[in-house]
Amino acid sequence: MNKSIWNPHFETMSREQMREVQSERLRDVVERVYYNVPSYRAKMQAAGIGPEHIQSIDDLSKLPFTTKQDLRDNYPYGLFAVPMSEIIRIHASSGTTGKPTVVGYSRRDIGVWSEVMARTLTGAGAGKEDFIQIAYGYGLFTGGLGLHYGGEKIGASVIPISGGNTKRQLQLMQDFGSTVLACTPSYAAYLAEAIEESGIDRKELKLRIGVFGAEPWTENMRREIEKKLQIRAIDIYGLSEIIGPGVSFECPHQCGLHINEDHFIPEIIDPETLEVLPEGELGELVFTTVTKEGLPIIRYRTRDLTRLNFGTCACGRTLVRMNKCTGRSDDMLIIRGVNLFPSQIESVLLGMDETTPHYLLVVDRVNNLDSLELHVEVEDRFYQDTISDLQKLRMKIQNHVESATGLSVSVKLVEPKTIERSEGKAKRVIDKRPAVWS
Amino acid sequence: MIIKQLSVFLENKSGRLHEVFDVLGASNINVSACSVADTSEFGILRMIVSEPEKARDILKEKRFSVNISEVISFVTPNTPGALARTLKVLSDTNISIEYLYGFSVGEKSFIALRSDNVEKAIMELQRHEMELISANDLYKF
Ligand SMILES: [Zn+2]
Repeated sequence: MNKSIWNPHFETMSREQMREVQSERLRDVVERVYYNVPSYRAKMQAAGIGPEHIQSIDDLSKLPFTTKQDLRDNYPYGLFAVPMSEIIRIHASSGTTGKPTVVGYSRRDIGVWSEVMARTLTGAGAGKEDFIQIAYGYGLFTGGLGLHYGGEKIGASVIPISGGNTKRQLQLMQDFGSTVLACTPSYAAYLAEAIEESGIDRKELKLRIGVFGAEPWTENMRREIEKKLQIRAIDIYGLSEIIGPGVSFECPHQCGLHINEDHFIPEIIDPETLEVLPEGELGELVFTTVTKEGLPIIRYRTRDLTRLNFGTCACGRTLVRMNKCTGRSDDMLIIRGVNLFPSQIESVLLGMDETTPHYLLVVDRVNNLDSLELHVEVEDRFYQDTISDLQKLRMKIQNHVESATGLSVSVKLVEPKTIERSEGKAKRVIDKRPAVWS
Repeated sequence: MIIKQLSVFLENKSGRLHEVFDVLGASNINVSACSVADTSEFGILRMIVSEPEKARDILKEKRFSVNISEVISFVTPNTPGALARTLKVLSDTNISIEYLYGFSVGEKSFIALRSDNVEKAIMELQRHEMELISANDLYKF
C-alpha cells in the first residue's frame, strides 16, 4: 500500500469503476433532494425531469444548476435535506453582499470531510509525525476546522492556533517545531516577510510543507513563498458550499489538483451558454456533491475558472485533476470592456525584480471612463536617489502591465509596508465605480 | 571629500516629513543639510546627517525606504557669479550635475552637489583650488 495515498481504493480506481461509483451515488443524491428539498423538486419538475431520468453520470447535465443566489433565497436552512436534529455542525461564509451562505453537516458529512482532508494532507506529504500549525481562521469559516479534522484523522499533532497574531505564530512555529503550515497564501507571504524581519534563523524552524488555499494565487507567488520559506507549497481548493477545504488537492508533483470526485463530481461549463465543455477546455467549474447528507448540492456553479485533466498522474492517483485556479469569474473586473483578473497583475509584478507582490488596484469611473490605478510599494533596492529612477520604475511597471493585460494603468508608488497586509484573504481591489445594478 | 547623503522616498502625505525629522531628532542625529525633490505624487528627501549609517537603519526600522548616495560639498563666496565659475569648471570637463542644493549665510555659500562622476568632480574642484568641505566637518557637530 502506497503510504503517500490515504485511500488507494478510491484515489487510484479505474475510470470505469469511478463512473460506476459516481453513477450509483448520483442516483441516490438526486432521489434524496427530490423527496426532501422542495426547492430542488420544484426546479426539477419545472425542467420536466424526475429521479427516474437520472440513471448514470451521463444524465448529470439534465439537472438544473444551483447558484449562490439559491442558497441566499433559501436562507438559512431551506436547502438542507435532513431534519435539523441530524445536523451536528453549521458553518457560514460571510458574503460581501447580502446574507451569509449557510451550510450544515450531518455526522456522516463531518466524516466525509475528515476523509477528504486526510487525503489532502497525505497528498501534501504530511503524516502522523508532523506538527500542523493551522493558521486558518477557526469559527464559522470552514478553513480552520476543516484542516483540523483532517490533521487529527491522519494522526498528526494539530496546533489549532487559528489566524492572526503573527508574533505568536512565529513563536510557536519555533517552540513547537511546526513542520506543516496551513493558511491562506497571502498570509503565508506575510509570515515569510515577518520571519525575515524578525531575524529568526531559518535553520531554527522545522517547517517543510505549506498547505495553502481559500484564495486564488499564481505560480509566481508559489515560487516566491517556496523560496522565502524554503518549503514545498501545496495548493488546496474548496468552498464551503461544497464542503469547505478538501474538494481538491495537489500532490507533490504540483501538476493540478486532484478532485475527490467520488464525493464531488466536477463538470466544466461555458459560463455564457451553460453547455458542458469537453475535457481540457477552460470554463466554469461546477460541482455535484453525491455523498453529502446535510446540504447536498446539485450542479453548483462555483464561478471559478479552470480546466480538467483525466490523465493518470505520476503520483499514481487516477482522480481527475483541475488546473490551479487563478481567477474567479467573480473576481474578474471589466475595465473599459476588457476582462482583468487581479492575479494577472500579480504575475506581472512578481515577474519583475523591482517589485514586491504587495499591490492594490483601485478602479474608479471618471467622466464615464473607467480608470485603473495600481499602487506598488517602493523598496530602497528599486532606486538610487533620483526622481528619474522612480519615474523609470513607474513607466516600466506601467508598460509591463499594459503589455500583459492590454489595459493602460496609472502606477502610484507608495511607501513600504503601507499597503494593508492580510491576515486572512488579501484585499487586492478597491472598486469605487457605482454599481449599475442595485 | 565624498559626503554620504541619505535619500528617503516619501509619498505626498502630510506629516511624513515631520516624522522623518522627529525620528532622527529622537535618536540624537543632526541634520546639516536637506532638500526635497518632488513630483505631484511623491518626493525624495535628501539629507546630510551626522551619522548616515545609523540614521539609515533607524529610518528603515520605521519602514521608510532609504538609500545612501554620495555627494560633494563645497563652499563658494557669497557673491554674484561665484557659483557660475565653479560650475563652469565642471561643465568644461564634461562632468554632468544631477542635482544640487545650497544656502548662503554671510560671506559663504554652502553647496551639496550630485554628479555622475563624483571622484573626477572632486579632482577638478581641487585643481581649481575650490574650498571643499570634508565629511568630518559635516558629520560631527
Ligand atoms: Zn498526483
